[in-house]
Amino acid sequence: MPMTITEKILAAHAGLERVSPGDLIEAKVDVALANDITAPLAIKVFDEIGVEKVFDADKVILVADHFVPNKDIASAQQVKLVREFARRQKLTHYYEGGDSGIEHVILPERGLVLPGQVIIGADSHTCTYGAMGAFSTGVGSTDLGAVMATGEIWLKVPPTILLRYEGKLRPHVGGKDLILHTIGLLGVEGALYCAMEFAGSVIEQLPMNQRFTMSNMAIEAGGKNGIIAPDETTLAYLAERTTRRFEIFKSDTCAEYDRVIDIDVTGIEPQVAFPHLPSNVRAVSQAGNVPIDQVVIGSCTNGWLDDLRDAARVLKGKKAAPGVRLIILPGSPLIYKTAMREGILETFLDAGGVIGPPCCGPCLGGHMGILAAGERAVSTTNRNFIGRMGHPESEVYLANPLVAAASAVLGKIGGPDEL
Amino acid sequence: MENMKVEGRVWKFGDDIDTDVIIPARYLNVSDENELARSCFIDIRPDFATGVSQGDVLVAGKNFGCGSSREHAPLAIKAAGIRVVIAESFARIFYRNAFNIGLPLLESVEGANGLADGGRATVDLATGAIEGKKGSFQARPIPEFMARLIAAGGLVQYVRKVKIRG
Repeated sequence: MPMTITEKILAAHAGLERVSPGDLIEAKVDVALANDITAPLAIKVFDEIGVEKVFDADKVILVADHFVPNKDIASAQQVKLVREFARRQKLTHYYEGGDSGIEHVILPERGLVLPGQVIIGADSHTCTYGAMGAFSTGVGSTDLGAVMATGEIWLKVPPTILLRYEGKLRPHVGGKDLILHTIGLLGVEGALYCAMEFAGSVIEQLPMNQRFTMSNMAIEAGGKNGIIAPDETTLAYLAERTTRRFEIFKSDTCAEYDRVIDIDVTGIEPQVAFPHLPSNVRAVSQAGNVPIDQVVIGSCTNGWLDDLRDAARVLKGKKAAPGVRLIILPGSPLIYKTAMREGILETFLDAGGVIGPPCCGPCLGGHMGILAAGERAVSTTNRNFIGRMGHPESEVYLANPLVAAASAVLGKIGGPDEL
Repeated sequence: MENMKVEGRVWKFGDDIDTDVIIPARYLNVSDENELARSCFIDIRPDFATGVSQGDVLVAGKNFGCGSSREHAPLAIKAAGIRVVIAESFARIFYRNAFNIGLPLLESVEGANGLADGGRATVDLATGAIEGKKGSFQARPIPEFMARLIAAGGLVQYVRKVKIRG
């Protein structure tokens, strides 16, 4: 029987010949991930379960990235608890301070996640690694605590929605616009409980960072995972980062899909998701006159080096409009350093930007760029829910880094063509 | 399992209630569920945390609990006193989290639409039978595996019994 890539990976990790949508399976986990917000609860659960050691000290990865550098005493206590657990358990991969960055950026960057793996993370954007051809999904802390203890997780095999992208991309349009367009098409629950499989010639031409952006936001359509079959681009990305072996899975040509959706990208303009749902998308040309107070460029969605390069290309020799706070958070120390070498950081500083450390920062209203009542931000992040970036009466508009940078200069929502 | 009958006041919410509004991230610097409960729904319904009583029923539309995986969301709802959440549908991470920590969820389009805010509801968790002022509704029964999790007392106890001790 033919299977999809998601079904094949799950079958292989459950020790089964084949699985079908709806099957309840116990899958072996290759990577278990948590951060400074979710790990404290997961550690409590782990302790309650009552085993001495984590299932594999090489496979549990803890990253302090949400409220770091510690924003207050309570956050410092949480990170301390995670740090002490990592030491006690002799974890190979605990990241904090200058060794840390946004979890979903540093794991691929350092070769810690591979195609064909089952990756379970106590963070909803764990779906990011699907871009490498892994089964990767977010869970809560109790699930993660149980995974840390047993190395296994119960999963229901999801039905798969195949999304095929064909046509020619317009200027300033990339992975962020494709996924925003897709979420607009499906709605925020359109892929509920489903695997999203991104395919087609447009996906094959996308660089890895834009593939990560697409898989990253699968959760915003309700998806369980967002997967892309590995190809030469994936292999080239991995060759620079790891010598570890991995297995490549691909969907059979006659695999059964719950739905097949064909998307012609030719007419798609840069997209902007208006408050307060990621599905509330419009073309940037249809945004109207929306004055803004802040622009955020960064996050696990768009904190990649190429995202910063895009933003710098727009901002070169220009200034953020008076009254607009431009905040840039590179995704990792390596991206930060490379951006510095390339003169990108200088461009940001000259444009009036504030460059923060690699962390989640204002994306979830943590710190480093909180909005006041009535303020509006254009952000390259992934969520624009009520109060997501600060005051419940503030507004977040999601866009790609080119649109975000252009909006900073314009002082209102707009694309690079308007400069 | 403990008492399967729930009777309480209905707290009604709309579609696509995300975990950021259930418990905003600025309150996630602690893990204590009673502290979390005090900030539950603070941005969209400030009277919830102070008005909710033990045994109350939360009712919502589609895609309840979407967004962030924060388990602090179902923990805050449970610690606030809610015994069951009835919705048209649930986001999947929230669904897992709720059952894992022992907060039962029922899916019922009719129940979600038929129960009014401020009214009373009686819910039988074992059968999925819901009774409100406007009538009776039948929710989809809790799936067998989730019922086993609840019966074991949540995932921690399930793992202790089934996985660790065999």
